[in-house]
Amino acid sequence: MNIAVCIKRVPLSPGRWTLTADGTAIDTSGSAMGWTLSPHEECAVEAAVQLAEGGGTVTAISLGTPESAEQIRDVMAVGVDRGLLLETDGAEWDPQATAGAILDAIRNDDTAFDMVILGTESADTGDYQVGVRIAHALGWPIVTNVKGLSVSDGVARCERVAGSEREVYEVALPAVISVKDGLNIPRYPSVPGRIKARKKPIDTSTPAHPGQRLEKKSLALPPQEVGTAEVIGSGPDAAPKVVEILKEIGVLT
Amino acid sequence: MILVYVDHDRGVLDELSLQAVSAAVALGQPVETVLIGANATTAAPRLGEFGVTNAHIAIDPRLTDYAPQAAGRAVAELVTSLSPVAVLAVGSPRGNEVLAHVGAILDLPFAADCTGISLGSGSFDVTRNRWAGNVIEEAVVHASTLIASTAPHAFTADPVIGSTPATVHEFTPTLTDADVAVRIIDRTGGGGGGGVGLAEAKVVVSGGRGVGGDGFGPLEELAELLGGAVGCSRVVTSAGWRPHAEQVGQTGTKVAPDLYIACGISGATQHIAGCKNAKTMIAINTDPEATIMSYADYAIVGDVSTVLPAIVDAVRAAKS
Repeated sequence: MNIAVCIKRVPLSPGRWTLTADGTAIDTSGSAMGWTLSPHEECAVEAAVQLAEGGGTVTAISLGTPESAEQIRDVMAVGVDRGLLLETDGAEWDPQATAGAILDAIRNDDTAFDMVILGTESADTGDYQVGVRIAHALGWPIVTNVKGLSVSDGVARCERVAGSEREVYEVALPAVISVKDGLNIPRYPSVPGRIKARKKPIDTSTPAHPGQRLEKKSLALPPQEVGTAEVIGSGPDAAPKVVEILKEIGVLT
Repeated sequence: MILVYVDHDRGVLDELSLQAVSAAVALGQPVETVLIGANATTAAPRLGEFGVTNAHIAIDPRLTDYAPQAAGRAVAELVTSLSPVAVLAVGSPRGNEVLAHVGAILDLPFAADCTGISLGSGSFDVTRNRWAGNVIEEAVVHASTLIASTAPHAFTADPVIGSTPATVHEFTPTLTDADVAVRIIDRTGGGGGGGVGLAEAKVVVSGGRGVGGDGFGPLEELAELLGGAVGCSRVVTSAGWRPHAEQVGQTGTKVAPDLYIACGISGATQHIAGCKNAKTMIAINTDPEATIMSYADYAIVGDVSTVLPAIVDAVRAAKS
């Protein structure tokens, strides 16, 4: 089985973000700022690597700056075989443009993919749609929000969580699967894995930006709530006050 | 006119979807809704209470349960025939998924998780969540029709005084076998909680690293006493202490209960993104400087392993 897995380089959350002076981007100039993948995508990579262990290849596709090669190397260290870096100049690509670039990469590749696995939404822009757009363009089915995945006889069985239940879907391959954090426990890279990753191939191309239809104008930080908590006690002695509060807000009658 | 996709689960209206209806009503346009499947017919007239004039129901014998692509196709067909100025849904997993299909089918942009919407002509201004609401984006959507989801709990569902039941209009969308291929074929009980679902629980008792792998007993007891659900932070699920279905946060479930009790949770942004909409939050932590304390309404400084059993006893005594 040949699988494409889509990943995106995003800054590591520092607790509270800082914006650039013009308010159009997150300030990533700080020396402590690190980069990572969205948690959903770590699970997407793990799922792809596990599925390909029975025979097959995993190709990581990333649209991003040249530095995104770092994240491709990271996923190669846990078993991804090759990378396609769709290089940008750092400008934003909206979800339609992103899906289009990934779609072209899939269509132009020599590999006939059986599955595309990605995160349901990226941690940064949270658009919830790139996978769906890719699926429509390929004419493949898609299951989103997947938290359980197994494949047998060319059929992917997917589970997603709804309330206290798990919904079950089955789709014939080829298919697009967009997953959520919690699907699996992603493995850590080993030292030999890291060494091997250095020799794996990354093909770079430079897609043309089709223009933004969802166009960012500015960013802002939500107002920070500071120290409003009323300390109602320390240790077990606070219990009677908790009961009072529960009665006050109607949780306990 | 604004068209709102209203979700339902086997005929039971999705309460979160009513928030999107109210967001649409507030924009001052007539509001019509679209629901999928014959089992929505009995639930639909109630939408009138929230200001909906017409409720369109997509009927097809294959639409017996949730089928996202078929839903997207049916909504897209209505968009073409009714030409609404905007199509909204709540930004739930299903709402976002259906609108993503609509956007893909009609080749229109889709703005997810909006906290503010202004109508325009040829372009629309939206305010939307990035980083699960830890960063707010002002954006312009360049399109003839706006497709947008409302961030859960960003708008309240408000009944409209003097309203009348919505008029139901059934229609049969043109669906291919491929459209209905992705649908729920089975359900398995319980994502781990077994009792009240986390997303809809009125009380959530949530544990973090400070609870420890063996310390969740009192949390379960308190949740049961208060008719609530147990939640946890990402650290806890990563350590394998609790099932992933219980994770509250950016990558887990976003909750908005009447009461959120955060036990031994430090308050990472990823976690706050999932619980900041709680009406009241009580934090129990040994560290009075923990980030969670600045989001909580009430704080108890102390060890969860001694504080929580005392609360369980006090609540039990108060109930008897």
